[in-house]
Amino acid sequence: MSNTPKQTEKLPWKCGKCGGELERGLVKASYLGNDFEVQELKCLNCGLVLITEELALGKMFEVEQSLEDK
Amino acid sequence: MLLMEQEELKLLEDKCTQENPPACTAGCPIHVDARKLMSDIQKKDLKSALATLQKKQPFPGIIGRICDHPCEDVCKRRDVGSPISIAALERFCVQNQSSNSPKAGMIPEKSQTVAVVGSGLRGLTVAYDLAKKGYKVTLFDKADRIGGSLWDFPKNQLSPEVIVEELSVLSRLKVQIELNREITRLDLADLQEKFAALYLGLAKQSADAVELLGNNYDLDPVTGATAIKGIFGGTLADNDSPIRSVADGRKAAISIDRYLQGVSLTASREGEGSYESKLFVNTQGIEPLPAVSMSNEQAGFTVEEAVQEASRCLNCQCLECIKACKYIESYGSYPKKYLRQIYNNNSIVMGMRHANKMINSCSLCGLCAEVCPQGLDLGEVCKASRVTMIGKGKMPPSAHDFALRDMAFSNSDKFALARHQPGCNSSSYVFFPGCQLSASSPEHVENVYKLLMEKLTGGVGLMLGCCGAPADWAGEQDLFRRNWEVLAAEWERLGKPQIITACSTCHSMFQTKFPNIVSLWELMADMELPGQEDMLSGGRVAVQDACTTRHEPSIHNAVRKILQKLKYDIEELPYSRERTKCCGYGGLMSFANRELAQKIVEDRISESDVDYVAYCAMCRDRFASKGKRTWHLLDLIFSDDLEQAAVKPSVGFSYRHENRAKLKRKLLHTLWQETPSDQEEAYMSINLQINDRVWGIMEDRHILIEDIQQVIGYAERTGRKFTNPDNGHSLAHYRPLRVTYWVEYEPQEQGFIVYNAYSHRMEIVEGAHE
Repeated sequence: MSNTPKQTEKLPWKCGKCGGELERGLVKASYLGNDFEVQELKCLNCGLVLITEELALGKMFEVEQSLEDK
Repeated sequence: MLLMEQEELKLLEDKCTQENPPACTAGCPIHVDARKLMSDIQKKDLKSALATLQKKQPFPGIIGRICDHPCEDVCKRRDVGSPISIAALERFCVQNQSSNSPKAGMIPEKSQTVAVVGSGLRGLTVAYDLAKKGYKVTLFDKADRIGGSLWDFPKNQLSPEVIVEELSVLSRLKVQIELNREITRLDLADLQEKFAALYLGLAKQSADAVELLGNNYDLDPVTGATAIKGIFGGTLADNDSPIRSVADGRKAAISIDRYLQGVSLTASREGEGSYESKLFVNTQGIEPLPAVSMSNEQAGFTVEEAVQEASRCLNCQCLECIKACKYIESYGSYPKKYLRQIYNNNSIVMGMRHANKMINSCSLCGLCAEVCPQGLDLGEVCKASRVTMIGKGKMPPSAHDFALRDMAFSNSDKFALARHQPGCNSSSYVFFPGCQLSASSPEHVENVYKLLMEKLTGGVGLMLGCCGAPADWAGEQDLFRRNWEVLAAEWERLGKPQIITACSTCHSMFQTKFPNIVSLWELMADMELPGQEDMLSGGRVAVQDACTTRHEPSIHNAVRKILQKLKYDIEELPYSRERTKCCGYGGLMSFANRELAQKIVEDRISESDVDYVAYCAMCRDRFASKGKRTWHLLDLIFSDDLEQAAVKPSVGFSYRHENRAKLKRKLLHTLWQETPSDQEEAYMSINLQINDRVWGIMEDRHILIEDIQQVIGYAERTGRKFTNPDNGHSLAHYRPLRVTYWVEYEPQEQGFIVYNAYSHRMEIVEGAHE
């Protein structure tokens, strides 16, 4: 799962808490007892992780569905 | 049936006859696939047609010209016209396509030898079948040529050239032919010594047979084995039927092969020879068509005539459930296959469960059982599988979560209620309108309750809540039971009054649980209804029977009686009453498989052009959502503006909650003069501006107003959100329980404009919260 399918495309979002730029960093995700570590955009100061609509409804949904059928 | 066992699966599979052969194939002693042959001819693919014949027939050029076609006696076209001229079409094939016999050398040779005595159709078939399996076959005939009585056919039917050409395949299969060799009883011992097995290609009890074997001609009719080990013979007493002679030879060839391989001669031989197929074929409504006649009987069918005649083939299949059910159709196969897939799905210990979505997409409506000649109910299997999946913890959480939360809402304090009629302290009746009518048309719940209080004596109590159907459909038996226990306790507290249901689903859920329930429609059918006298002719309407009333003819009749009272002309849909179709909400189909549920609505609303009347709130709303003018039956009784009622849009998920909550507050206030203690959460006062596009997105994605309010409430309180300096939008998320909701929004003076909303179920572990 990658938050930035087009590496060059810059997302307009900044951290609303500290105003900082978002950077790719290691994020822990889990579903139905399965844990993963993935690279996602986050605010390194505040820990906020951005999940875009494209990711949520695309790759992430696919992974959820296949874990549900496992 | 919780866990389908192998035996149970077998019993269920046997109910689905789709895989059984068509009558013609079963009726053919050697099971030629005439249905496939007709399809080949329709496509003018004679190469394939000949291959179809060759698959079963040893010498298609011969059989195709002389077959006595018992298949035609059982052809289903007989019921609607006359049987397909299968024999004449076979002749057409072999006259117009030269055979392409098996090439020698393709078959792994066996060392065992077989002697075949007599070269009529029996002996020829045995020689051919066994040579094809690689045995070393020697064919003896007392005449100077092989073929026996084949030479007796008129030349214009079976010419010598064809006999020679067709039988030449035996040489290519390396069959040794010994002519002018009469075999007598004296030769038997010698042959037994030289050959591993012997076949006497003679009719049973014929003079030759008796001469050869004497008292030993005691034949097993199933295998063709004689009393002497290794010697086999014909089981038919005559030579009248060419195709039965071929079958007789084939039977012996199978026995000889088994004998030489040292396996059982008798095991599983039930399927051999002619039998009656179990395949169900519905010929109702099929246009009768007479047989196509030949312009020249001598020459046989022309290509055009043959294609036309073959096109009369009904392509016999059952498919009764597939014709009736879009769900069964949509998975591209038929129940027998689905049963196996479901069984495998339930049995998987490790690995992917590919049938989960199929199991959860069934509306459990029971139509398949109604139309299946054997009563196979795929819905029952799906339902039982859901229970199994829940039991094993393998139910995909996303399938039913939203519907179960909706149920929880309806049974929370926000909606649930159980009261005696205002001013009464006992109840002879209690009205249970159900959660969906209360959500779609809360005003009708009020109207009906007032009417019932006016018309009935002894006190009419009111119970608001959910009957538990979503839990039942989701396979959540424990939840359903707990829900029912709560409802039963309330009902007992009210003094066990007679329950009046307005929703067919509630009715079906309560039927076995509560004694003496009655549907609102049954009561109303015998009541004087408001505005009844003023009605002029109401026009023509088609009735959508709710699928949960399938076996409730008294409800079907009551609904029609009400419509007649209101002076409507009733059109019966092609599928109505016990054969009605689900709207796609039943069984929670619309949550597990939204696309399919939409198709099901489109299919149902296209059955008639006239306006529909439904007596289930979900049917009504789902049809209206696709633009079909549909009334709820109560609209016709209580609505002031029928035009508006027919086109009223479906109430979205968010407002379904709100309508239920408002209904409870309103009734408490107006009927019981109570001011409900509103314990609203702070976020619920957040004011949102949502345009139609965003509404559509929210409905599609099952996101409620309160979900959005919670996200914004949390983000604005904690500052945990992202911002876009270019347009001033904020993007934030919140996870109340199992789903993370994201909202893109912009603060305004009076609240927030919502631009987008989406969700995911996967949990992201973030750094420090708040």
